[in-house]
Amino acid sequence: MDKSFDVPERLALKGVSRRDFMKFCGLMATVLGLPMSFAPRIAEAVAKKRPTVVWLHFAECTGCTESFIRTTYPWAADIILDIIDLAYHETVMAAAGDQAEQILEDTVKKNKGKYICIAEGGIPTKDKGVYGKVHGKTFIDIANHVCKNALATICVGNCACFGGVQAAKPNPTEAKSVAEVTGLKTINVAGCPPNADNMVATVVHYLLLGKLPALDDKGRPLFAYGYLIHDNCPRRGHFENEEFVKEFGDEGAAKEWCLFKVGCKGPEAHNNCPQIKWNQGTNWPIGAGHPCIACSEPQFWDKSSPFYVGS
Amino acid sequence: MARVVVDPIPRIEGHLRIEVEIQNGKVKDAWSSGTLFRGLEIILQGRDPRDAHLLTQRSCGVCTLVHSLASVRAVEDALKVKIPPNARIVRNLTHAAQNMHDHSVHFYQLCALDWVDVVSALSADPKKTADLSAAVSGRPQSKKYYEGLKGKLKAFVDSGQLGPFANAYWGHPDYKLPAEANLMAVGHYLDNLRQQVHAAQMTAIWGAKNPHLQGHLPGGVTVVSQLDADRISQYLFMLQEQIKFIEEVYIPDLLAVAGFYKHWGAIGGNKSFLAYGDFPLSDKEPESFYFPRGAIMDGKLALVKVDPQKITEEVYHSWYEGDKPLHPSVGETKPLSGPALKGAVPNTKDKDGKYSWIKAPRYDGKAMEVGPLAQCLVSYVGGNKEIKDTVDMVLKKLDLKADALFSTLGRLAARGIKCLVNAKAAEKWTMDLIENIKKGDTRTFTSYKLDETTNGQGFGLNDVARGSLGHWVNIEKGKIKNYQQVVPSTWNLGPTDAKGQKGPVENALIGTPVADPKKPLEILRTVHSFDPCIACAVHVIDPETNEVYKFRVS
Repeated sequence: MDKSFDVPERLALKGVSRRDFMKFCGLMATVLGLPMSFAPRIAEAVAKKRPTVVWLHFAECTGCTESFIRTTYPWAADIILDIIDLAYHETVMAAAGDQAEQILEDTVKKNKGKYICIAEGGIPTKDKGVYGKVHGKTFIDIANHVCKNALATICVGNCACFGGVQAAKPNPTEAKSVAEVTGLKTINVAGCPPNADNMVATVVHYLLLGKLPALDDKGRPLFAYGYLIHDNCPRRGHFENEEFVKEFGDEGAAKEWCLFKVGCKGPEAHNNCPQIKWNQGTNWPIGAGHPCIACSEPQFWDKSSPFYVGS
Repeated sequence: MARVVVDPIPRIEGHLRIEVEIQNGKVKDAWSSGTLFRGLEIILQGRDPRDAHLLTQRSCGVCTLVHSLASVRAVEDALKVKIPPNARIVRNLTHAAQNMHDHSVHFYQLCALDWVDVVSALSADPKKTADLSAAVSGRPQSKKYYEGLKGKLKAFVDSGQLGPFANAYWGHPDYKLPAEANLMAVGHYLDNLRQQVHAAQMTAIWGAKNPHLQGHLPGGVTVVSQLDADRISQYLFMLQEQIKFIEEVYIPDLLAVAGFYKHWGAIGGNKSFLAYGDFPLSDKEPESFYFPRGAIMDGKLALVKVDPQKITEEVYHSWYEGDKPLHPSVGETKPLSGPALKGAVPNTKDKDGKYSWIKAPRYDGKAMEVGPLAQCLVSYVGGNKEIKDTVDMVLKKLDLKADALFSTLGRLAARGIKCLVNAKAAEKWTMDLIENIKKGDTRTFTSYKLDETTNGQGFGLNDVARGSLGHWVNIEKGKIKNYQQVVPSTWNLGPTDAKGQKGPVENALIGTPVADPKKPLEILRTVHSFDPCIACAVHVIDPETNEVYKFRVS
């Protein structure tokens, strides 16, 4: 790449001002729980190099990719074109068929041990994994090849982290997490899907500090998953005052009382939704009067359901 | 004769494999295979019916929301629940925003690179590009802007790290746009990545978050106090911003690009179409649908009434057990396993070979195309004036006859037309919401009883971004006894049936010219025009048989 052409300069050409860029760096500092004085260092870190990223799709719904492109400051185009070298990503890449496969092979070979693998989706293992294939290869073989040759594997979403929806009982395809299939220790950006800010922050953390963020015992970055939803819920006061929504659409719902008695799983869910919210801070589930379903927890489709309590 | 396999098909949701047989430069036969099976319908059995909308929404994160809608409607039908007007309108507004997101992202991110040669943009003259944008686009850019964009592209290419643009079919002889049009389109490709963020944001206003909204449930919606002036005006202003983008950028680009590809108005068509219709304007369904329900049979532009009882699914060429077409209310999802699955390697050689995880839905025994083209054709003959006027305007501007709609080009045009008409209708529905709230109606939820004595059967038919989507639920003792989803990409990407009748994508591919079997760009064009979503439809795999002609281009 043209080294003299730094990120803010490249972004400026597309109408992203330096102010926008610093706003992103400030946001990242906040998400990562760093003092704002770190913002310039983040700017410096992302401006320096474009690390190669390979993004794999297994048994999934592409919701994590969709969530990722909801990022702003920087916008997805800026990340894809200016901050990282997104060598392989089936949902956005122009190349098809054998030409696509060629890119994957070449990238793994040329950047062995140096690229970041982002994995989206669980891996079916029944019948040697024939329930999921790309280019005639099972997801099991792809994961063992591509994840194992990466510098690090970042799992995005509950499927890659913990098996996800296809692993819910009775798990017809014996779907498993990427870590279970490959034996690797993965960074697990959990959620169904994860918030774009947390995905971007995980990558930025690596670029900034040259190492991956501190993780909890389930592999989740502590900066995002270190607290319970319940602990930071703006409706917590109503919980303490025993002011509960008893049925959807009731007086308590209109007054935005606590959703615990209609099924909210906030007390068992580790995530930063109340702090950063979703879609540029527009809203979040409890904000919209819907119970939290604990989508960042392993096996939440079984352990947290039924999601609605009472009738 | 050459066999060409394209796997993976990029820029779609999910894992799709397309195999074609080429003779004398044209596709002679085609096979569409889904290469992933997840088994969501099996997982749903025994669960609380109210949870189904959360789980089925995970069918797809690209067409997020729509399975939630189909599911809550199916459960409401089974429980005989009528939702309040506010809930109906909020669902319509959120669904409309999702369409604005989905259709524009399809045009710019998923299919544009089949028609726009990014490498050719490098030789564009910035001044001429500015002149072109002033002539055709509602959002013209300056010479300076295009100099910058071109410089940026050049630096990107010179870096050797081509990212998502690497190894594509650039330079293919059927890329017809002048360099300047290519450069203008690249600019809008990047602009769309910003615009889609705001469209998704609109769905979160009352749907909590996107992807995978959490604001619906059987009985209505969960927001109550958030139906306030602040949020309604936020929706309305963001909607106007979307309409401007569609009018000033999307539609002009569509017309400009289509003008260079008129020959695609005679390629890739089907003859029979199905549209369930959608956007209820009262609690009368389907009578009050803004986009009406109906079918078009055998290329005849006349409305045929739809009877949901005539819908069946069969698995003759799919990796499932079963030997006869079944109505979804009694449908089965029994995947083959072990030796019977034979490694799930697509067998397209034998007459009874199985080659896909996608089932084959039929209406009255016929393969039906679904999607924006079906919706536009049915709305055109079904009395939707806005659709009729917009279709006529587009045909006139492109100087094409109505039969050109039955094509790959028609499919792309219909998506833009529907997107625009839907967005403008949403403006009126926002006013309906305001009027209803002004009358003092704040209800958003209808309560109902659901316990171990609850039994019922129901279905929800929707017409969403990719076409006709149906969920069928059977509730026994308060739990899901059976659940079947028949989704748009199952209709479109499904395999051949027992009678030998091809699925719509397979049929559309037959006759498609392929200039260079090593660069099957034309196949991508027609496949992408359907906007496949394979996680919904299920999934595919690629065999490494010797007969298959493996192509490799550097």
